[in-house]
Amino acid sequence: MPHVAIADQTSELHDPRSFITKYIWSQDHKVIAIQYALTAIGVGLIALVLSAMMRLQLGFPDTFDFITPNAYLQFVTMHGMIMVVYLLTALLLGGFGNYLIPLMIGARDMVFPYLNMLSYWTYLLSVLILLASFFVPGGPTGAGWTLYPPQAILPGTPGVDAGIVLMLVSLAVFIIAFTMGGLNYVTTVLQARTHGMTLMRMPLSLWGIFTATVLGLLAFPALLVSAIMMALDKLIGTSFFMPAIVSLGEQLDYTGGSPILFQHLFWFFGHPEVYIVALPAFGMVSDVLAVHARKNIFGYRMMVWAIVIIGFLSFIVWAHHMYVSGMNPVFGYFFATTTLIIAVPTAIKVYNWVLTLWRGNIHLTVPMLFAIGFIFTFTHGGLTGLFLGNVVVDLPLSDTYFVVAHFHMVMGVSPIMVLFAAIYHWFPLVTGKRLHDGLGKLHFWITFLGTYAIYLPMHYLGFLGVPRRYFALGSTDFIPESAQTLNASITVSAIVVGLAQLIFIFNLIWTLRKAKPCSPNPWGAASLEWQTPNVPPRHGNWGQKLPTVYRWAYDYSVPGITSDFIPQNISEDAVIRDAETSGDVDDHSDKGSHT
Amino acid sequence: MSLNFFRTLQEKPWLQPDAVLPERVMDRSDINPKKLPLIVFLGIVSVFFFLFLITFLARSQYPDFQALAGETWQPFYHPQQLWINTGLLLIACVALQVALMATRRQNIHTAQIALCLALLFTLQFGAAQLLLWRHLYKLGFYMASNPANSYFYLLTALHGLHLIGGLFVLVPVILRSFGFFRPATTAPQQRPLQPPRQQQLQYSLELCALYWHYLFVIWLLIFFFNASSPAVYKTLAALCGY
Ligand code: HEM
Ligand SMILES: [Cu+2]
Repeated sequence: MPHVAIADQTSELHDPRSFITKYIWSQDHKVIAIQYALTAIGVGLIALVLSAMMRLQLGFPDTFDFITPNAYLQFVTMHGMIMVVYLLTALLLGGFGNYLIPLMIGARDMVFPYLNMLSYWTYLLSVLILLASFFVPGGPTGAGWTLYPPQAILPGTPGVDAGIVLMLVSLAVFIIAFTMGGLNYVTTVLQARTHGMTLMRMPLSLWGIFTATVLGLLAFPALLVSAIMMALDKLIGTSFFMPAIVSLGEQLDYTGGSPILFQHLFWFFGHPEVYIVALPAFGMVSDVLAVHARKNIFGYRMMVWAIVIIGFLSFIVWAHHMYVSGMNPVFGYFFATTTLIIAVPTAIKVYNWVLTLWRGNIHLTVPMLFAIGFIFTFTHGGLTGLFLGNVVVDLPLSDTYFVVAHFHMVMGVSPIMVLFAAIYHWFPLVTGKRLHDGLGKLHFWITFLGTYAIYLPMHYLGFLGVPRRYFALGSTDFIPESAQTLNASITVSAIVVGLAQLIFIFNLIWTLRKAKPCSPNPWGAASLEWQTPNVPPRHGNWGQKLPTVYRWAYDYSVPGITSDFIPQNISEDAVIRDAETSGDVDDHSDKGSHT
Repeated sequence: MSLNFFRTLQEKPWLQPDAVLPERVMDRSDINPKKLPLIVFLGIVSVFFFLFLITFLARSQYPDFQALAGETWQPFYHPQQLWINTGLLLIACVALQVALMATRRQNIHTAQIALCLALLFTLQFGAAQLLLWRHLYKLGFYMASNPANSYFYLLTALHGLHLIGGLFVLVPVILRSFGFFRPATTAPQQRPLQPPRQQQLQYSLELCALYWHYLFVIWLLIFFFNASSPAVYKTLAALCGY
């Protein structure tokens, strides 16, 4: 192999000189991470604009001519798919996974840097294919992000010619990109950890990212399988999923395929996907909370177990998305039970976050605000999930705005909260500068309160029976006039929240151009990524010598020492103690023994 | 491996500052560094094929599904051709295994011959699969005319892709065993850490052998699924809860 592992080397790497090798065809995990992040945020903004257009239509019907019913469906579909796959998955794993894994385990790079680079360019290709569908005749597909057949590939659904094909191809390309990246992450975590970095000394961020990657590697094949079979149904006329069907008065050639089969495949991917997004967020928020509360994370081991158990359980709950499709009651019972069981480890995590805060030395920095905001939104979305996990409750609520509110709280807003927390937290590491505090707080409060202004009323609309994916409500007996007022207010909030993101972007640009460099470890974090010889770390990360790890990543507020934390690469002998207690080792040797 | 994992999960990291300092896995010369990624990759491919096969079972229970075997007039009632192809792939696997064992015994010449045989029989297998396609196509078994046909063409095509992917690794390995490409692997900064040539070849062959055995197992599954009778599908589907 010409591309020998850089992570393998013990000598310092030479920085590539030219602009192209440094920033474009870079094999440095940090540059690739930034490329991933910028691309993901770019498409994410497109998805945000799409949601604004949907909200405009819902809030002020008959006002905007360019939003036709077909266009509305296309917006819904592209918004959902981009947000879930091309923004969140790519940003959390491709962006943060890439950046943090080698730094947190003390490696010089990923094990296969070349493959890593290829992964980014393949991802970019998938994004371009997806965006191309806006420009083909018929436009992008409007089948909903779930792409259920038979409607996804039959006339009547927008984008049935080129749109759906581009969507399927783009997903397939994305999955290839993800697999290349994922193989790298798993191998790097398992084989390239530095001296002394045992698995159980890894920060929780890494446990989350690692487990999510494994989930992704096992779940994305299901999407690939369904995309391949659906593409064949569409292009060659096979009948994997397409039933014998009459369309526009004509009997089609399809024989007797099973649309339900597609739903099973899709959700076998789709539910783990929720946790592919959630687990890295769980991990990163744990670290942010611990650092900014100057306390070790409560119940580290339990947190790791919960991540692993959630990962496992997420593969046996998928059919809770299919209660209305009909199934054997025994299966319904099974899936309702597993769904409720998965709430147990999830609840443990929430308790542990709260207990980490309890009697901590809480610094209300911007990352901390977002992290605490996450605890709220996630608990909120999780509780409505318990409702929907029960068959009898789900049946009337399915496909209403209650569901829209639920999944936006739990997998829309919550991971976004963590992403912001993470960006504000790790920005000084990536750029050497701290984002502006005041602007950050303004950004947080508008986003956090605005989210509630958007999604809280949606629960109520759902109870009224307002259906999701509807262009307009028309006159419906069971929906009162006032629902429209509520819808208008939601739209106004959504626009405000959307515009508030400009504060964030302004903050990014302003900080990069104008702000002064900050100290190398401004939050006083103990984990390894902050201990590099240069901040921001250079190519190869560790200078001449790889670090050695002596402890876990949560030694905060340790009694008897001079600074209030001990970095992971400081040995017991090198710890600087206060004069009066020096030598008194017993004093802190049982720290954290509450677990 | 899994036991280890459970033991790891019970460690109490907050209690053991300075305790054991495990080595970096990458510094150990007794570990083939690409083996783990290959196993993970094959795991992913397994999920991929497993999902196809499970939908195959489900789909086989719908009335429009006409199995390719079971009745005398079906093409796989006597699947001689399938057996021949199986034999070809099996020989390729055995040849790779021989090449690996020869390399371990430092017997590079045997290894080279065995490697060429492996390549030859793999290509033979590919060609035979294409002939099989043509044969079925001539008999009028088109891809879209029946779900059983669809699955047959689809699964064999994917298996073929998997095989072509393997060739991208095998062919360079063969060339390297004959001494090509040597300079590329020894960029000056990396030289001290590179294992010697013989060990490198052995590592690559371990991977190829594993890959080919895996290909063979997948092929057996595909064979079994396509050449079974409706009764077998029914039993299996019942076992899976359909
Ligand atoms: C300010 C932020 C957001 C707003 C205002 C918003 C708004 C909307 C609206 C109006 C719909 C369509 C509802 C319908 O007609 O059925 C929708 C659907 C959806 N959204 Fe969002 N959204 C936002 C952020 C997100 C995020 C961050 C995610 C990431 C998970 C997300 C995921 C989805 C999904 C999966 C759908 C369903 C698409 C479908 O039905 O096929 N949204 N959103
Ligand atoms: Cu789910």
